Amino acid sequence: MVTAEKVWAALAELPDPEIPVISLVDLGVVRDVQVEGEQVRVEFTPTFLGCPAQEVMRDQMAEAVRSLGAEPEIDVVLDDSWSTDRITPEGRRKLEESGFAPPGPRTATGPTLVQLEAHAFRCPYCGSNDTRLENLFGPTPCRSIRYCESCRQPFEQFKTI
Amino acid sequence: MSAQAPPSAAVEAVLAFADDELVLGWRDSEWTGVAPFLEEDVAFSSIAQGEIGHARALYELVAGVQGGDADALAFDRAPEEYRCTPFVELQLVGDWAATIARHGLYEAADEIRVKALMESDWPELAGLAAKMDREETYHRMHASMWLEKLAGNEQLEAALVELWPYALGVLEPAQRPELAKLLGRDEVEAVERGTHTEGFAALHEEMTMVRRSIPGAAW
Repeated sequence: MVTAEKVWAALAELPDPEIPVISLVDLGVVRDVQVEGEQVRVEFTPTFLGCPAQEVMRDQMAEAVRSLGAEPEIDVVLDDSWSTDRITPEGRRKLEESGFAPPGPRTATGPTLVQLEAHAFRCPYCGSNDTRLENLFGPTPCRSIRYCESCRQPFEQFKTI
Repeated sequence: MSAQAPPSAAVEAVLAFADDELVLGWRDSEWTGVAPFLEEDVAFSSIAQGEIGHARALYELVAGVQGGDADALAFDRAPEEYRCTPFVELQLVGDWAATIARHGLYEAADEIRVKALMESDWPELAGLAAKMDREETYHRMHASMWLEKLAGNEQLEAALVELWPYALGVLEPAQRPELAKLLGRDEVEAVERGTHTEGFAALHEEMTMVRRSIPGAAW
């Protein structure tokens, strides 16, 4: 018998295709799971619309549901219900451990250049806050590049969104 | 899909918006590898990816109403069927000042458009616009950072003047006074949608090439 708990547990095993240290559940992109008999409906809200990993995530989730012996329906919800605030504390810890600075909390107005240019983001390698914005954009839509003046190491910062 | 089908004018406006984002994304991507420095190669490539992601989501919304799919809307139409504003079609690669001018003007106009769509009666569109708005925050920050850096530069100022009528054409006439006020410029005669620039045929040819090479293939 498939239960919502089993589905959540299975989804929690799925790595983010581009940042595999974090799971899809820790990333907060699974919005809801509903089970009706053998039918499992997963509400999925992607991080960024331009994220090329969306299809991979969707297919991985469908496969995980099938492996539980149920029929998946993955509903892609495109609204602003995903924010980096949905990344779990566990997810943040895993990001930082792998040299990836977790996002700051989102304020009502969203991030501003003044905030991002401030030396207030913590370097995931040495813990210094003496870091500067190197590039608002990075190798994937969800990342910026910062530079630590203390340990002289560039690092990736998850964008606050 | 909504219980009640959205009015066809709204669907047409979304299609025009999608075409804007697709074509601008295409033009932005032309900077990949040749931007003034590496950070801007990365930035413009990422911005292009963002715009094309927005185009895809908008096409999917249209396809949900009209049938078909996003790829068919993006790549299977004839050039004259695209509704993008001539502004996004201009090929500016090689001219950084003009590119930054368009970037700043487009993002300003686009913010007005997106904020209005967040209030749409079409719930899926309002939700999507809210998501786009969050992502566009980064595009806007990038544009304002560059406009500040190049402020007073003659080439930039000339490009801003030259491109201003195009920027007005991004928006519906009723929204244009807001843009003029925001940017402190006088409203002039806009370069309207409905015609294409000379360079659009070549862009369309290149943009649809892979799709046309194997009709019906799943990519």
